[in-house]
Amino acid sequence: MHKFLIRSFVSSLVLLFTLTVAAVAKDVKAAFVYIGPTGDHGWTYQHDVGRKAVEDAGFKTTYVEGVPESADAERVLRQLANSGHDIIFTTSFGYMNPTNKVAKEFPNVKFEHATGYKREHPNVATYAARFYEGRTILGTIAGTMTKSNVIGYVASFPIPEVIRGINSFTLAAQKVNPNIKTKIVWAFTWYDPGKEAEAAKALIDQGADVIAQHTDSTAIVQMAEKAGVYAFGQASDMDKFAPKAVLTSVENNWGPYYVDRVKAVANGTWSQKDTWHGIGDGMVVISGLDSQMPSDLQAKVKKLQADLASGKVHSFTGPIYDQKGNLMVAEGKTADDGMLAGMMTYVKGVEGDIPK
Amino acid sequence: MIKIVKRDQPSKAIFFFTPVLAIFLTLIAGGIIFYILGFKPFEALKFFFIVPIADKYGFSELLLKATPLCLIAIGLSFCFKSNNWNIGAEGQLTFGAIVSGGVALLFYDQEGFYILPIVILAGAIGGMIYASIPAILKTYFNTNEILVSLMLVYVSKLILDYLVVGPWSNPEGFNFPETRQFSDSARLPLLFEGLRIHAGIFLALAAVVISWFVFYKTYLGFQMKVSGFSLKTAKYAGYKGKKMIILVFLISGACAGLAGVGEITGPIGQLHREVSPDYGFTAIIVAFLGRLHPVGIIFASLVVAITYLGAETAQIFMQIPKYTGQVFQGMILFFLLASDYLLFFKFKFIDSKK
Repeated sequence: MHKFLIRSFVSSLVLLFTLTVAAVAKDVKAAFVYIGPTGDHGWTYQHDVGRKAVEDAGFKTTYVEGVPESADAERVLRQLANSGHDIIFTTSFGYMNPTNKVAKEFPNVKFEHATGYKREHPNVATYAARFYEGRTILGTIAGTMTKSNVIGYVASFPIPEVIRGINSFTLAAQKVNPNIKTKIVWAFTWYDPGKEAEAAKALIDQGADVIAQHTDSTAIVQMAEKAGVYAFGQASDMDKFAPKAVLTSVENNWGPYYVDRVKAVANGTWSQKDTWHGIGDGMVVISGLDSQMPSDLQAKVKKLQADLASGKVHSFTGPIYDQKGNLMVAEGKTADDGMLAGMMTYVKGVEGDIPK
Repeated sequence: MIKIVKRDQPSKAIFFFTPVLAIFLTLIAGGIIFYILGFKPFEALKFFFIVPIADKYGFSELLLKATPLCLIAIGLSFCFKSNNWNIGAEGQLTFGAIVSGGVALLFYDQEGFYILPIVILAGAIGGMIYASIPAILKTYFNTNEILVSLMLVYVSKLILDYLVVGPWSNPEGFNFPETRQFSDSARLPLLFEGLRIHAGIFLALAAVVISWFVFYKTYLGFQMKVSGFSLKTAKYAGYKGKKMIILVFLISGACAGLAGVGEITGPIGQLHREVSPDYGFTAIIVAFLGRLHPVGIIFASLVVAITYLGAETAQIFMQIPKYTGQVFQGMILFFLLASDYLLFFKFKFIDSKK
């Protein structure tokens, strides 16, 4: 009798569990809105890799690619919310206002907006990655590998995200090589192979022998390959596009977060939050290191990666000075997230002014 | 044996028949493309052309999308009818949006009934100023208006970029490339609760009526028509060609500028880098598909608008790549131009035994 009770209790638990899992896998549907085509590298491609991870976890997904940030975004969002999707990821900054607007009309649908700062309704969450941690690694490599001590940096828009990357990169490079200078060219685009190639060429002409980028195309690494200088891949592993030039890449890895959030919807545990994950949480991934890098540098990079992940090292550890020599972060202190989120000044060692 | 012979006069019936033929051929070719891609052709066409407008909301979105296309195409028809090739409506739209957006930003913290009319007027003037550049260069310096107006499109986008990145960016917006939101008084009123269709549609309808009147009931319309057929005849008849060139460009620019106003004060509500998904270029297809006739343009704008909506629906429900929408737009124009061959040529069957 006793045994029977336990057995039936256990089996009903198992049954309940299977039922829940089955219900979960069947019910929750996730949608993704992309700014560009899914392609084979770059920002949107990485989000789509994340979407496939959600599919692999047993959920149904839908995506709409090439959605302009014009009036069309709102319609696409509304249609997705209206057609049985439970969670919608909007993967470009320009979807911020439409996301919040449509979220208000569909309180039962969860919205996740990448890289934005508005969470006007309880069903809107935001997420972004601490890409600056990856740029600390790139800066360390650039500072070591440069011979001309001039490092080029193709930047997109003068927003905190990009300024933070430039600063983090420069600080790390200075640490291994106090004589380096970072020269910036603003391309004012996220993706425009023509403009990006021109910007890279301008930097190479000014003596830069390592080029970093905060834009999306492979034009820069290909230009670097042609000119015989080093470069770093952005968003995806760009090694195959320029095997000699690319030393490593910083990859965007959204899959774990997406699976997590879709599962949270399935379990009923989803709640609004602002997520900012780095190397430690696996949202920022460093690709394989090129064999042209000396082995002691490779070891150093591996250690730095581990220390950034564990929190032992912070990209913005004082003393940090701005271009005019004013103290930004005191010795022994680290910059807090509030300061990082609004960072709009260059650190010492960056050349030029932030366009206003 | 079949011989191709030139017609003495373009056939009037075929003139209005070929756009319908072009749409029909596009549907067939589209079906074939879907089949090759591995989708059921009829189901795909249903999701492309019927599902998106099957309910009230969908239909309102169709009108919302067609409004700027119709407005710009009407303006362009003034130019195209009189042999002026204004390819830069996208730039005139953008510049109109810049000027009206700038005015709207001046009033960002104010409310008042007078704000919206000023904002709308500013947009029309902005479009006119921008369209006057290729017009003046053409009349006084003999430049090619196709090149000038087209290249000014990219200039206008760079000006917009500069403004939203720099001086006009939202001071509370972390320097992201966008302005503040406009105040409610600077927004076009919505026509129905819960739908995005706004009062801008009346601007488009007014443009349709006015253009019909000008084309068919005024001396100016007649002059435009004559200039369109033959510039030499127009000169011989003593028409003031220069004045007319500038006038049609101004009208065209005003319409494009108003379309820009409709976007930013309608659904968008602020200025950012992407105010128009290339409406100014797509409207060229609309103008020709509508045979430069006001009523034709209404239908054409609805047909082309649906290719945008259909592309989204087809991707959401059938995972068909969204860019097929652009393929459809391209095919419509292609088949239209191809079938226009029939306007001027006919097939003649000749008995080869003779």
